[in-house]
Amino acid sequence: MKYMLIMRSTAEAIEASKTTDFEEIINAMGAYNESMIKAGVLIGGDGLTDAAEGFVVDFSSETPVITDGPYGEVHELFNGFWIVDVSSREEAAQWASRAPLGPGSKLEVRRITDESDFADFADNEYIQKEKEWRGEGALG
Amino acid sequence: MARRGRAGLSAMNADAATPGVDGAGIRRTVDAVWRIESARIVATLAKVTGDFAWAEDLAQEAVVDALAQWPSTGVPQNPGAWLTAVAKRKAIDGWRRRERLDDRYRALAHGLDEHGGAADSGEAIDDDVLRLVFTACHPVLGREAQVALTLRVVGGLSTEEIARLFLVPVATVQQRIVRAKKTLAAAKTPFETPGPSEWSARLGSVLGVVYLIFTEGYSATSGDRWMRAELALEALRLGRVVAGLVPREAEAHALVALMEFQASRFGARTRSDGSPVLLADQDRSRWDRAQIGRGVAALARADELGRGRGPYALQAAIAECHAVAPSVDETDWERIVLLYEALGRLAPNPVVDLNRAVAVSMAVGPASGLRIVDEIAASGALRGSHLLPSVRGELLARLGRLAEARSELTTAAGLAANARERQVLRDKAAALG
Repeated sequence: MKYMLIMRSTAEAIEASKTTDFEEIINAMGAYNESMIKAGVLIGGDGLTDAAEGFVVDFSSETPVITDGPYGEVHELFNGFWIVDVSSREEAAQWASRAPLGPGSKLEVRRITDESDFADFADNEYIQKEKEWRGEGALG
Repeated sequence: MARRGRAGLSAMNADAATPGVDGAGIRRTVDAVWRIESARIVATLAKVTGDFAWAEDLAQEAVVDALAQWPSTGVPQNPGAWLTAVAKRKAIDGWRRRERLDDRYRALAHGLDEHGGAADSGEAIDDDVLRLVFTACHPVLGREAQVALTLRVVGGLSTEEIARLFLVPVATVQQRIVRAKKTLAAAKTPFETPGPSEWSARLGSVLGVVYLIFTEGYSATSGDRWMRAELALEALRLGRVVAGLVPREAEAHALVALMEFQASRFGARTRSDGSPVLLADQDRSRWDRAQIGRGVAALARADELGRGRGPYALQAAIAECHAVAPSVDETDWERIVLLYEALGRLAPNPVVDLNRAVAVSMAVGPASGLRIVDEIAASGALRGSHLLPSVRGELLARLGRLAEARSELTTAAGLAANARERQVLRDKAAALG
């Protein structure tokens, strides 16, 4: 089963990390990634650029409102993710707890849906289409 | 120290809404740790004790301790190091009991003092894990023993999980593992990687074990579909581990590629009632594209090593031709014919020839394919197998020789061991009128 490990950090933690030697961070993350590759569980992942470059589309009002990053009242910023293919929820938790992250950071661990999650809607037109999209590689 | 560990534990317990399942929660956590750490723990212990079988026992005893202690102490921050340290202490106790206060004991005791017991982080290096892989797949062991031992110590599966995946009683798996350890001890197999003269044969044995586990899951003739897919995915994971340990070995990457391509078709290989869907009839939109992408990357890594293609690489390249083709008609059959020819030269095998015949029939026409099939038949190879008459029947049908085709397919149905396969062949024969 596949899980997404979603890295979320407070703006303060991200600021604080800027004073840490960047090479140290690269090395720690590299070693972590390598350990998951060597265990045969890491199948995807990426980091995100500074939240200041991003923007938010807010659906609170009738017309969606676009706001520049870093997102006003949001306390934790999503700044990267890993996808692991593991044998159990507990194994996902074990890998997550090994991430080289410090205070102010959290990993949200979420199981990625598969076809079985939509079994009751297998005949739905868009569920069918999604299979085709995946087949054509449109969804990566 | 256990800050993160305790947080993890309470998160697991939070799941356990009903009282009395804390034990099960810890069991699952310990299983998960064992999954991740088993190879390194056993490799470390085998290195310090020089005794693989004992190392495995010590590690299992440490797991029992964890099950007893972690519910009250919380999961240690570095659970692998905890297990390793506990197992090492058990080794020292064992030596004391045996009054074998020899150099090995002194070295180990010294190491533990120096690193301060539980803080000792274990540290089997990749070479030790590789020694472990070679030991588990040692040629003195039978295939079943190699498979059970590899899944348990390298893959970190519990005996119960292995039994469930192979549809055999737990006692059977236990017995296989106990016997395997006895065999290794009796043969006095050193905990070493093989030397240059043996290397390639021994690596072949390791890759063979991994692929056997995969095919057991992939082409299972019995059992729950989902569990069998799970077994194949375990093999894929093992394959990635092995490729990571021997990154310069093209065939290790090629085996990963082959398994990725084949596993990408899992979703499309069976109907909801469990009956098989032939490659030509599969809904290709259900092939897992991300997995195919990983297969392409793994095969490229194998090719980049520049040693030419071995049997796994050639099979992976054939699987890649299918995986990237939009349909049967748009498949590069000429290329597949060439790849089968190369495979046949490298490892002559009548099944490969038969596959080549099918590819030739697609690339050139059924008459050319039939000529190859008839050559195989004349050689006497594959006598008694349903494969030969079933392919021959298909080709005859395409040539319009329906009566002969029907007769061949009926013969094939009579020879097929698998009930579902038998039905498919009967249906085909009946469809010819």
